[in-house]
Amino acid sequence: MSLRRGERAIEALLFLCALASVGTTAGIIVVLAVETFAFFGEVSIVEFLTGTEWTPLFATKHFGVLPLLLGTTVVSVIALVVAVPTGLLSAIYLSEYAPERVRRVVKPVLEILAGVPTVVYGYFALTFVTPLLQQWLPGLSGFNALSPGIVMGLMILPLVSSLSEDAMRAVPRGLREGAYALGATRMQTALQVVVPAAFSGITAAVILAASRAIGETMIVAIAAGQQPRFTANPFVPIETMTAYIVQVSLGDTPQGTLEYRTIFAVGMLLFLMTFALNLLSSWLRARFREEYN
Amino acid sequence: MTTDVRPLPPTLSSVVRAGTPVAETAPVKIDVRNLNFYYGQKRALDGISMAIHANRVTAFIGPSGCGKSTFLRTLNRMNDIIPGARVDGSVTIDGHDAYGSGVDVVSLRRQVGMVFQKSNPFPKSIFENVAYGLRINNLTRSKAEMAERVEESLRAAAIWDEVKDRLHESALALSGGQQQRLCIARALAIRPDILLMDEPASALDPIATQRIEELVYDLKKAYTIVIVTHNMQQAARVSDYTAFFWLGRLVEYGRTDRIFTAPAEKLTEDYVTGRCG
Ligand SMILES: Nc1ncnc2c1ncn2[C@@H]1O[C@H](COP(=O)(O)OP(=O)(O)OP(=O)(O)O)[C@@H](O)[C@H]1O
Ligand SMILES: [Mg+2]
Repeated sequence: MSLRRGERAIEALLFLCALASVGTTAGIIVVLAVETFAFFGEVSIVEFLTGTEWTPLFATKHFGVLPLLLGTTVVSVIALVVAVPTGLLSAIYLSEYAPERVRRVVKPVLEILAGVPTVVYGYFALTFVTPLLQQWLPGLSGFNALSPGIVMGLMILPLVSSLSEDAMRAVPRGLREGAYALGATRMQTALQVVVPAAFSGITAAVILAASRAIGETMIVAIAAGQQPRFTANPFVPIETMTAYIVQVSLGDTPQGTLEYRTIFAVGMLLFLMTFALNLLSSWLRARFREEYN
Repeated sequence: MTTDVRPLPPTLSSVVRAGTPVAETAPVKIDVRNLNFYYGQKRALDGISMAIHANRVTAFIGPSGCGKSTFLRTLNRMNDIIPGARVDGSVTIDGHDAYGSGVDVVSLRRQVGMVFQKSNPFPKSIFENVAYGLRINNLTRSKAEMAERVEESLRAAAIWDEVKDRLHESALALSGGQQQRLCIARALAIRPDILLMDEPASALDPIATQRIEELVYDLKKAYTIVIVTHNMQQAARVSDYTAFFWLGRLVEYGRTDRIFTAPAEKLTEDYVTGRCG
């Protein structure tokens, strides 16, 4: 009887925890929505979504978010170009090739790498990677999208690698044996059987990494510059959505003004993008669901 | 151990049944000598020696955990991928040492096909499951030829009629018994020499089981078949030879009819009559 009551109490506690996180999320969405709504009372949504100039802090104000969106996209794409192939290869190595000894060392090291504060990565990009790249690319500005993109790729690499490896290791050994029994090599087994079987997990890893890249703030705030520019050129200073939000939050823009409200509109867009990525991820999961019985 | 299938001479071995020598005309396909197998420290096979004949069906019987699967898997070196596993002794297939230093494991496995105890279709379409072995080994020259080989294999595994209209649907949507037959088709597609079947019928209903048994009977014209089974009637029906394993050892090996009617060992008799195991 008392056991029953204990269980009830635990259940209630768990429910409260769940409620708290759901409540927080709901609160954030409400604040974002209210402020965004107020913002679009003054600025046309069409201008916001199609304008190619972002100058809310200047005398002549333009509210086209595309430069920020493009900045975010360029940096994130560079990060993914770095992180996805290397992360997948390292996951394949760790899951299919590495002896247990190696795995036991490499995996924790990767996870420590994931725990390095992003501000460290930011200064690493600014003071080490950029000067290094400038030796090869003389046209590269001191602030640019390339260097933080690469460093962000290194930052999300452990995430891609670790989660993909988990997904590959979850593939039953029987499937690998089935391939080996048909005369498949290790490489064929890894690429043609294990990776497709782990596809949904790998996709989830990549999408999570993408939303991490889109939401990443410190590295770009430090090393990409703060110049909202409508360009896909990775060699010049740009500004991402997150970096802009930091700039305004830390600056002296008074609260309640239109300038200040821009960060909620940009934040809302950021939120919708990551939300869309998550939807995409669950759609992919449903499409490629593995049914191991 | 009692065995009336002597591993010597290397190509022909004589078989003794109830005192009367009966010639076995089929050559020795797989010759195993003094094979020991270890999972880490744990010894799973203890001094196994036996000669398996070409174009014959050899059944492995014995209680659960006695090492039937382990032994079967040493024949195509499937145990190589298990960390910490170790084997000593020799396995000779067609006169070549399967564990020799220069052996190409990939082509060995192509020659020695396997159907697993637990069915393991790839998460691909039915067609692709069967075509996979053909693709990786470049066994067909055209799309049409591949489609032909796939159909032929599915027919041979007695599943064609059930899947012919859904070849491009996922193999994972098939029932357990259908999946097992698909795995048999997949193994047949690359036309191995030897087919190792680990309890291929354990998940099947009596009708599908009967089909598999008929299939085994047909296949032995072209293949050497080793089949693990817990079903004594099945062993008696389909096999020419039966090997009885117990606690990692080969207790008795001989003509199936003799093993079931006049076993030399008490343990074998108890097992086949259902008194133990
Ligand atoms: N991967 C493994 N690691 C360690 N021990 C194992 C492994 N696989 C099997 N064994 C052990 O080796 C012994 C033989 O197992 P095996 O699977 O060969 O038995 P079996 O005769 O096929 O049994 P069943 O009829 O239940 O399939 C068992 O004691 C089992 O626990
Ligand atoms: Mg078994």
